Amino acid sequence: MAMIQHEITDALSCVKSGDTILVGGFGLIGAPLTLIEALTEKDVKDLTIVSNNLGESGKGLGKLLNQNKIKKGIGSYFTSNRDVGDKYQNGEIELELLPQGTLAESLRAGGAGLGGYYTTTGVGTDLAKGKEEREIDGVQYILEKAIRADVALIRAHKADTLGNLIYYKTARNFNPLMATAAKTVIVEVDEIVEAGELDPEAIVTPFIFVDTIVEAKQVLTKKGVVSK
Amino acid sequence: MTVQLNKTEMQHMIAKRVAQELKGPCTVNLGIGIPTLVAEHMTDDHIYLHTENGLLGVTDVDDESVDPNLVNAGKLPVGEAVGASFFNSSDSFAMIRGGHVDVAILGALQVDEHGIIANWAVPGKNIMGVGGAMDLLVGAKKVFVTMSHTSKDGSPKLLKECTYPITSTRQVDMIFTELAAFKVADGNLVLVDLMPGVTLEEVREKTEASFTIE
Repeated sequence: MAMIQHEITDALSCVKSGDTILVGGFGLIGAPLTLIEALTEKDVKDLTIVSNNLGESGKGLGKLLNQNKIKKGIGSYFTSNRDVGDKYQNGEIELELLPQGTLAESLRAGGAGLGGYYTTTGVGTDLAKGKEEREIDGVQYILEKAIRADVALIRAHKADTLGNLIYYKTARNFNPLMATAAKTVIVEVDEIVEAGELDPEAIVTPFIFVDTIVEAKQVLTKKGVVSK
Repeated sequence: MTVQLNKTEMQHMIAKRVAQELKGPCTVNLGIGIPTLVAEHMTDDHIYLHTENGLLGVTDVDDESVDPNLVNAGKLPVGEAVGASFFNSSDSFAMIRGGHVDVAILGALQVDEHGIIANWAVPGKNIMGVGGAMDLLVGAKKVFVTMSHTSKDGSPKLLKECTYPITSTRQVDMIFTELAAFKVADGNLVLVDLMPGVTLEEVREKTEASFTIE
């Protein structure tokens, strides 16, 4: 069962230097912008961030990047933030690039308690280098390891008071997967409703996966990121 | 003589040619760039567009209805078609990797004479993004490639062998440029047709890969 936390800084009290943190979102879409902002105000360093992108230049995770708090980024598309390239060039950040489907499946496997899985994606390419290969029923696969983390920072549309979550359109993306794959899961939502108000058939993330709920203060609008 | 088209017109010409190959009912995933334009030229009502960030049933959207949380893989605003559904990234790639998407339309930096493509990294530059390209190549039932026939400096992009890192060992099915359309048959390039006003000599001159003519 989840706890509703009104002070965002308290919600992040479990985060410490050296942690591996899953951060939801596809660019800024579905990214937990309020929690990321709070993380930029916290005195932590050497973080490993698992996220499809590292935000945009100076926005979302891009802000955390520019504070040099990220030691390593694991994702599929860093190209959307030019600052990542500069940091990488200067040796200020390590990067691990994964195909997007592999990133998603590694999180799913991590959340499901698996050690890894075999995939055809990447076979014969530079991204397969150093990975175990295996033929199964005449098809060549590579072994990809599951991803698990200390903390997940995710975004959903609504939570009920137990922590059940529903999402909004393409802001769903990696969030439900990340909710399953970390020791502590913190979610920011547009609205918290009473238990029983969400249709049980519509709940995407059951409360068993969620530890802490906060209300979003930073939201993505047509005009960009604004404070609510 | 070839009619001079600006870059946008040329991209739309390629997109229109690709659209002719799409016969519904089918599910199609569109990559960033020229592939995105294909949607504007589709004539069959039973083509359903998939976008890997989690939507099956992509449609266009007018400026007034733009929703910042409803986008395609290029992070451009889109709309939801009748019968659309949203899902998480793992389910989205299960559709792709599991062979449930009929056609993927991708851009490419290079294509070799057997239809192997390179579209995610340039040697000597930071390797920073792969996105869903490798998953789409192993998983989509058919893969179509759209690209300009030559690089900015005029050098061929249809090569004997890719010099950039390949995206998959899977051969694509068709390649569309502003000069010609090719298919890959028995592992070799076959010229299917020339774009309006283009001569076979011009295609030969600007293509390093060997190809036969249908």
